[in-house]
Amino acid sequence: MTTSYLFAGFGGQGILFAGKLLAYKGLTDGKNVSWLPSYGPEMRGGTANCSVIISDDDIGAPIVLEPDVLIVMNNPSLDRYENDVVPGGTIYVDSSLIGRKVNRTDVNVCYIPATALASEKGLDGLANMIIMGKLLSDEDQLGGESLEKALKKCISARHADLLKSNYDAMMLGSQQ
Amino acid sequence: MTIFEKPHSLVDIPLHYCPGCTHGIIHRLVAEVIDELGIEGTAVGIAPVGCAVMAYDYFACDMIEAAHGRAPAIATGVKRADPSHIVFTYQGDGDLASIGTAEIVHAAARNENITVIFINNAIYGMTGGQMAPTSLVGQVTQTSPYGRDPKLCGYPVRVCEMLSELEGPEYLARVTVNSVANVRKAKKAIKKAFQNQIDGKGFSLVEVLSACPTNWGMTPEKALEWIDTAMIPYYPLGVYKDRSAESEAKA
Amino acid sequence: MADKVLMKGNEAIAEAAIMAGCRHYFGYPITPQTEIAAYMAKRMPKIGGTFLQAESEIAAINMVYGASAAGVRAMTSSSSPGISLKSEGISYIAGSDLPAVIVNAQRGGPGLGGIQPSQSDYFQATRGGGHGDYHMIVLTPASVQEMAELTIHAFDLADEYRMPVMILADGTIGQMMEPVSFDFDIKPAPEKPWATVGTGMKRPHNVVNSLYLNPAELEQNNFDRFKRYEIIAEKETMYEEFMTDDADIVLAAFGIAARVSRNAVLAARKEGIKAGLIRPITVWPFPKAPFAKAADHCSSIISVELSMGQMIEDVKLACECRVPVTLCNRVGGMIPTPNQILDAIRAAAKGGK
Repeated sequence: MTTSYLFAGFGGQGILFAGKLLAYKGLTDGKNVSWLPSYGPEMRGGTANCSVIISDDDIGAPIVLEPDVLIVMNNPSLDRYENDVVPGGTIYVDSSLIGRKVNRTDVNVCYIPATALASEKGLDGLANMIIMGKLLSDEDQLGGESLEKALKKCISARHADLLKSNYDAMMLGSQQ
Repeated sequence: MTIFEKPHSLVDIPLHYCPGCTHGIIHRLVAEVIDELGIEGTAVGIAPVGCAVMAYDYFACDMIEAAHGRAPAIATGVKRADPSHIVFTYQGDGDLASIGTAEIVHAAARNENITVIFINNAIYGMTGGQMAPTSLVGQVTQTSPYGRDPKLCGYPVRVCEMLSELEGPEYLARVTVNSVANVRKAKKAIKKAFQNQIDGKGFSLVEVLSACPTNWGMTPEKALEWIDTAMIPYYPLGVYKDRSAESEAKA
Repeated sequence: MADKVLMKGNEAIAEAAIMAGCRHYFGYPITPQTEIAAYMAKRMPKIGGTFLQAESEIAAINMVYGASAAGVRAMTSSSSPGISLKSEGISYIAGSDLPAVIVNAQRGGPGLGGIQPSQSDYFQATRGGGHGDYHMIVLTPASVQEMAELTIHAFDLADEYRMPVMILADGTIGQMMEPVSFDFDIKPAPEKPWATVGTGMKRPHNVVNSLYLNPAELEQNNFDRFKRYEIIAEKETMYEEFMTDDADIVLAAFGIAARVSRNAVLAARKEGIKAGLIRPITVWPFPKAPFAKAADHCSSIISVELSMGQMIEDVKLACECRVPVTLCNRVGGMIPTPNQILDAIRAAAKGGK
């Protein structure tokens, strides 16, 4: 079993972080994982995307061209990657930032007003984690030890105060 | 009675330098200083590309041959590998002031705790007398056959003056070896440059105005005179920086 | 076994180098390898090591030359344009028989090129890069785990054979994160009686040098070095075969190209095409034997590269033109897709015997 994920949005939205959390969770679950960021001269505000593969088998190409799951947090990313998703795959859309609907009819779509929810609940900057909460609960992977471990791996000890808010954001997402 | 002997830290083989060349004197001064400071066993020298390319055969301490201009970077590597090594580079003007400008400037800026012996004879010797970064205005060389024209190739580089603008270096001095008195002064400066390293004071460079009778087209005697009449007016002798002395003077 | 950690390929190189006993790193910033320098800058001061940002790539490789001459394990890293600048120093390191580890996280070229991954420095790495008759051992990791393993191996090889060893990686392997285990047995570095560490007044002086003005002496020096290269070719060649036993179409690919090729092999097998993959892990010395063997039973070989076709020359030489060898490539920072490679396999299968 191999699942490929593509996260895409603007730099600064936590795209790479969300992918990293998923990869760490996969590692903690004893899976093979790979995480590959786009890299470029823009450090903030440009486009950002990352490929994550979680697999029971050896992973070949780490570049996700046809994702099983697409997570998009801005319009250009939806425009660019919508048609790449495998039929029967899933697209998670931050509907507070993306005005349009997904055109495809052969994929599952989940609209979450993540950015709006985040500012409403005082979780600014954690829209990515709200979507992650929804994604993980859809996959029945929310809760449990491995997620907690993964979160601790991704958030350095000196930012330990952020653990709770990240967790809260995921819980909020799971209720959507 | 003192019997004249070769310094221990000079290998007892003939040097390849031309008659009247002052490299031999400077080698001897460096070796005498190494002997007097008792550092032959911990010294590592870096030879340049240029006339002194085979200095690794002449100095009895461990030696490394560098690519052209890179001696200060190599010296940095050796010194950082073990700061107890006493590391010196021996470089000519083409090596240090042309192709190796970046390396010498940054070693000085870092106050790298090394000793640099810089031979300025205003010419590329080994390749047969081409214009050096330190060739004087009007100086005739193989590649400036009508005399160095500043409109065409700019002005000679004064290394001590240039480096003295940096915060980094500890000690910068220009000496020459064209008379007995000057040889004695040169040795003092070289000794200080090594002592500074032993004391952990940092980057010390001694520029030695040196004669190249072969490529200058002069007799050895005329060449020594030319240092006085042509070189020193453009490259004044003296100490350009001595941080420890300056701070003592202030205190 | 120690826990696996998720790490970027570039960071895995840096950590592995430290494990291998490297305490002297000299570098200059360039994308996409800067993580190595950043990692070293953070770690070295805490373990009594030296991280020094040099004024140029040229200075950095010469600092490595100096540190290595002084007997310590030293390394530098860069990306393609920076490796061109280091090539002078690499030639001197080879000519002076000094160990050194050099990482090239390749990016597209020529010139300033781009910052996306590439394999177009294959010729430069395997044919020398600098002037003169010399080789580096060239290791090509295809995973983050191998970035770590091959870095440790690189230090051992460099010391054993007294020569530069290059980790020929690319932007992708450098930037990607995968689980990596640092559960390694570290061999101590060998004695280095040749090092310029001061005579201690106990022995004649050591000289580290690549200048031989006597041509007969220089010739002998070259002959001797190449005898060592023969031993290396015999003992140190590394490669991996994937489904090649019965393969009709054999892919040749290293690094990121091999990762993508693996997907294509599996996809081809699903369609009933017997595809396989030979992945050179050392590209110098080049693994000739598996290609010679494959040429006995396959109908064609496809060299999959992120270059205009560089390794393909070695593949052709290795199979002595007994089977057609074709190129499947992308360049300039683009990476072939599994589908592109699958199409090439299908085309080769149609034209096969």
